[in-house]
Amino acid sequence: MEPGDFVEARRRLEAKARPGGVKLTSLTEAAGWVKDGDVVAIGGCCYSRTPLALLMEILRQERRGLTLARNLMCYEGEWFIAAQAVETVVSSWFAIGLPWGLSKVFRQAVEGGQVRYEEWSHLALGLRFRAGAMGVSFLPSLSMLGSDLMGVGSAKTMECPFTGETIALIPALFPDVAVLHVHRADRLGNCQIDGYPHMDVDIALASTTVLVTAEEIVSEEQIRSQPDRTKIPGFAVDALVEVPYGAFPHECYGLYEADFDHFDKYVAEGSSQGAEGVREYLDRYVYNTPDHKDYLSLFGAGTLDRKARDAQQLVGRG
Amino acid sequence: MSYSPAELLAVIAARQLAGVKSVFAGVGIPLLAAALAQKTHAPDLTIVVEGGSIGPELLPGRLPISTNEMRVAHRARVLPGITDTFLFAQRGFLEVGFVGGAQVDRFGNLNSSVVGSYDKPQVRLPGSGGANDIISLCHRVMVVTMHERRRFVPRVDFITSPGFLSGGTSRRDAGLLFGRVSQVVTNLGILGFDEESKAMRLEGLHPGVSVQDVVEMTGFDLLINDELPITEPPEEEELALLRGLDTERRFI
Repeated sequence: MEPGDFVEARRRLEAKARPGGVKLTSLTEAAGWVKDGDVVAIGGCCYSRTPLALLMEILRQERRGLTLARNLMCYEGEWFIAAQAVETVVSSWFAIGLPWGLSKVFRQAVEGGQVRYEEWSHLALGLRFRAGAMGVSFLPSLSMLGSDLMGVGSAKTMECPFTGETIALIPALFPDVAVLHVHRADRLGNCQIDGYPHMDVDIALASTTVLVTAEEIVSEEQIRSQPDRTKIPGFAVDALVEVPYGAFPHECYGLYEADFDHFDKYVAEGSSQGAEGVREYLDRYVYNTPDHKDYLSLFGAGTLDRKARDAQQLVGRG
Repeated sequence: MSYSPAELLAVIAARQLAGVKSVFAGVGIPLLAAALAQKTHAPDLTIVVEGGSIGPELLPGRLPISTNEMRVAHRARVLPGITDTFLFAQRGFLEVGFVGGAQVDRFGNLNSSVVGSYDKPQVRLPGSGGANDIISLCHRVMVVTMHERRRFVPRVDFITSPGFLSGGTSRRDAGLLFGRVSQVVTNLGILGFDEESKAMRLEGLHPGVSVQDVVEMTGFDLLINDELPITEPPEEEELALLRGLDTERRFI
């Protein structure tokens, strides 16, 4: 779909046969919604609330030619590059985090022309999702102007019809699929997120298909008792899977902190060796772990408990 | 009292926040500088971080590595969405922003995207993140960076974050009505910009640094003020506060 094509985006949403009622399914079924060549938007931000369990299942199903859109990419982006699953990355930033320097895998892929990087400012990408969520073709902005980023994507400038000033027009992004991880949802897909909302709500509403993992599936009564905390309505969700620690070793606000020791290990043994190193990591952690419980067992129960305590301390409950 | 270049940067950047009420800061030196300022020269300072945190307090020894993790949410007053956080700046609420980049040029433009051409880069860097937005939307922006010749280039390869573009009125002409790069704080000195041409100008030196040192580390012709005050070196209290925050010495 062309950027900003709100007419086509609305047609696709209306034409889609949404599963009614209960959205609960398996990771395998949920990831099966993703087709080769899709534009996949990823929720969370950098190593916060990344839907890793779903992303790993998408990798196991060997999709090809994907476009990944995420405001700040962390090492999950390296996984898709190493697996040769991605052609284009739409983002504002791609690395792992300051202490780990530049991403060797990303550098080699973009510098070698294997992957195209469409760079936006952080706000501009947020406005792309928001315009999509609003069902309109663009939003005006005072950012991006004058910079060379204006020539990379499909942003335009115009003379403001009210003031005559130059403004930037940021085109809507309508992803084919949104992949999100939330704190809790009822079986109908009404989702609650604690702490940072990041861009998840806009991403969900902008996308044609929405896949969600939740730390916990709770009763409809519990959701009804706190509807003000529900951020994504069930009618926007297509598939829902209960996956405790579904973002680990990335963090989930209030529930577990990121495991930076594992990041060190991932970089030392995996990504510092380039794509081949990442493929070896994926063999061990993704392809040879048929489900998420097997994957988590590689970290050890002690680690999960410790990271849960660290999280409680940070949000003032420890 | 000995101190590292990173400690000097953080202390000097913190002093520039005297009396400031709000700062948009990224992780690393900028966030440390903001936290230090809060404890010294700017008690009313509200720190805003792009991952969506307003008014956090750093937990000593648990400094954030990314702008959007729980460590930045510690004792925060508001956790808005990321887009909304930037929109506070677009509306005009945020006074000072901190930015950095792999390259900075004589008009204060920053590059954190590519060395070489965009389509065939020699080095693909991570990208803007929020830097483009911060420099476009805050009232004024401070560039905080190490002073190296390969970094201070005549013209950045790619304008990720617009300073004064090609100087003169070109920033205003591009539609950037608000904000400006007010200062460049480095480990060698403090620099500003000529009011008319918008070319970078040396305005102060850190202890033990000569004009010649700065010129050698700058890859373009700098304007140089007639009077160059010498910075007061970091005080014991400032360093103790910094080290008390970054107990792991991750950033300083």
